[in-house]
Amino acid sequence: MDPTQSKKEYQEYVDKKSPNSPIVKNIFNAFWTGGLICSIGQIIMNICKERGLDQTMSGTVVSIILIGITAILTGLNIFNKIGKFCGAGSLVPITGFANSVVSPAMEYKSEGYVMGVGAKMFTVAGPVLVFGISASIIVGIIYLIFNTQSVTLV
Amino acid sequence: MQKIGKQTIKFDTPPSILECSSIVGPKESDGPLSKYFDQTLEDEFWGEKSWEKAESKIIRENVANLILKSGVSSNDIDFVIAGDLLNQCISSSFGLRDSNIPYLGVFGACSTFVESLSIGAVMVEGFAKNVICATSSHFCSAEKQFRFPLELGNQRPPTSQWTVTGSGAAMISKNGYGPFITHITPGKIVDMAIKDANNMGAAMAPAFCDTLLTHLKDTGRNPSYYDAIISGDLGYIGKDIAIDIIKANGYNIKSNYNDCGVLIFDKQKQDTHSGGSGCACCASVFSGYFFKQLKSKNLKRILLIATGALMNSTSSQQGESIPGIAHAISIEI
Amino acid sequence: MDINWANVFDWMQLLKCFAVGGAICVIGQILIDKTKLTPARILVTFVTIGAVLGGLGLYKYVVDFAGAGATVPLTGFGYNLAKGSIEGVQQSGLIGAFTGGIKAAAGGIAAAVFFGYIASLISKPKMKKQ
Repeated sequence: MDPTQSKKEYQEYVDKKSPNSPIVKNIFNAFWTGGLICSIGQIIMNICKERGLDQTMSGTVVSIILIGITAILTGLNIFNKIGKFCGAGSLVPITGFANSVVSPAMEYKSEGYVMGVGAKMFTVAGPVLVFGISASIIVGIIYLIFNTQSVTLV
Repeated sequence: MQKIGKQTIKFDTPPSILECSSIVGPKESDGPLSKYFDQTLEDEFWGEKSWEKAESKIIRENVANLILKSGVSSNDIDFVIAGDLLNQCISSSFGLRDSNIPYLGVFGACSTFVESLSIGAVMVEGFAKNVICATSSHFCSAEKQFRFPLELGNQRPPTSQWTVTGSGAAMISKNGYGPFITHITPGKIVDMAIKDANNMGAAMAPAFCDTLLTHLKDTGRNPSYYDAIISGDLGYIGKDIAIDIIKANGYNIKSNYNDCGVLIFDKQKQDTHSGGSGCACCASVFSGYFFKQLKSKNLKRILLIATGALMNSTSSQQGESIPGIAHAISIEI
Repeated sequence: MDINWANVFDWMQLLKCFAVGGAICVIGQILIDKTKLTPARILVTFVTIGAVLGGLGLYKYVVDFAGAGATVPLTGFGYNLAKGSIEGVQQSGLIGAFTGGIKAAAGGIAAAVFFGYIASLISKPKMKKQ
């Protein structure tokens, strides 16, 4: 039977023919590496708290340190290998956000610092800020609407 | 020169492929065909500041090497026909801007090499004495343009292919002792609505089959006429699909069919998933390997069918499917 | 200042953090392998889900349970934005909805921009070997 008789048939045939990602292995690696990255974050957070920082400040310090480590590893051309192994394990934590800011910054350096590094830095991670910030503003406005008694409009 | 059948051109005085030259990057030179290439690079920058400049240098040096190898004086070269994957074909035009040879830039995605050979052959049959046909591609510049920054830590799906870094170039000449280009079959665009840009083989295989079947019908030949039928860069998955489709149309090509993307890398050792791709895949494997096999008469008749996916990242983002194309060229001694 | 290392390595807390953080990443991995979403879309999905769950007041329980296991993944980034926005509203009304979110996430965003710039100054991309 010729699978190219109709587009639908061909799509089904191709789906059957194409190998799947090794999902069990990928999930296993994503689980333990993702868990590990979060645990490192927790240890940093605990140290901050021991040093007398409050919860919010400790969280910020954790973010900055993890982002810094990711930037260094990306700069040393190591993070892409880590990412290939960990998959979502390094993508979903804040490390993935940091890597997706740092990697285009490095890649587009050849187009100059303003229109290359500066403009292209957010080609991958820009949407994260757009949607994250927009969602948070909507959340704030909805909160405002449903809690008008307790707050006053500016 | 005459048109036979639906879309095949038969040459009365077949142009000869006088000489070929190839340059490949470090990963390709670790592959199984390493010893056949003229030059292998140790790093992808090749002393340049950007991937794009490096790719330009690759095609420039390759064309220079071809002219040197062929012994043809550059005054006797009528045209150079070249193309690549980057926007507006900048590798070729920047690489060849100082060559002082009339230049035609062509684009057929990964099918560009055979497209330029076809145009070159028609010119040589007509009025030209010597024409150079060259293409290049670069893994890093292609990733940057079509996918993600190199340092992004993502996983490549198993259907994805690895863009070949390198260049292949051929000199087509009125005078020469073969191998000769006897037929060309330019393909038509075939779109089977595949949208997955990580599965190019599946998107291009129907175009390959369409061109192959048309070529066989137009020439009245059987696949067994050829010692080898070679596709450009279908990769492992595309190759499998192509064999299936051709079989459903009544031919078995399993024994004499192979794919440049399959040949150029060692799948297990080099982790290239579905195989190689890019303008340089077909070009460098033909220039490096198959041309030498034809010269030494190990192979007498081959059908080279380069395949291309005519899309870019904008069309993908707009949800367009991937149109495939394939051009065939019959080379005999 | 002395650090009480027993508090830093609170094994029960670390275990919870590991399990929840790992589980959130597993959801991401399933999305990658099963839906062919690009990395950018995965990140957007997680941030938005985090902001929504944060706004609904649900994500707070995950954070209380798992600590960094919930705040380090990007859902935590979204949660942080939403939490900041709500706190901003409580303090200064409508304007707070605009200023609170970024204020809360400022450290992370600024660090990513700054380190990205520094990395581009001193480092060059290199070919992946595989």
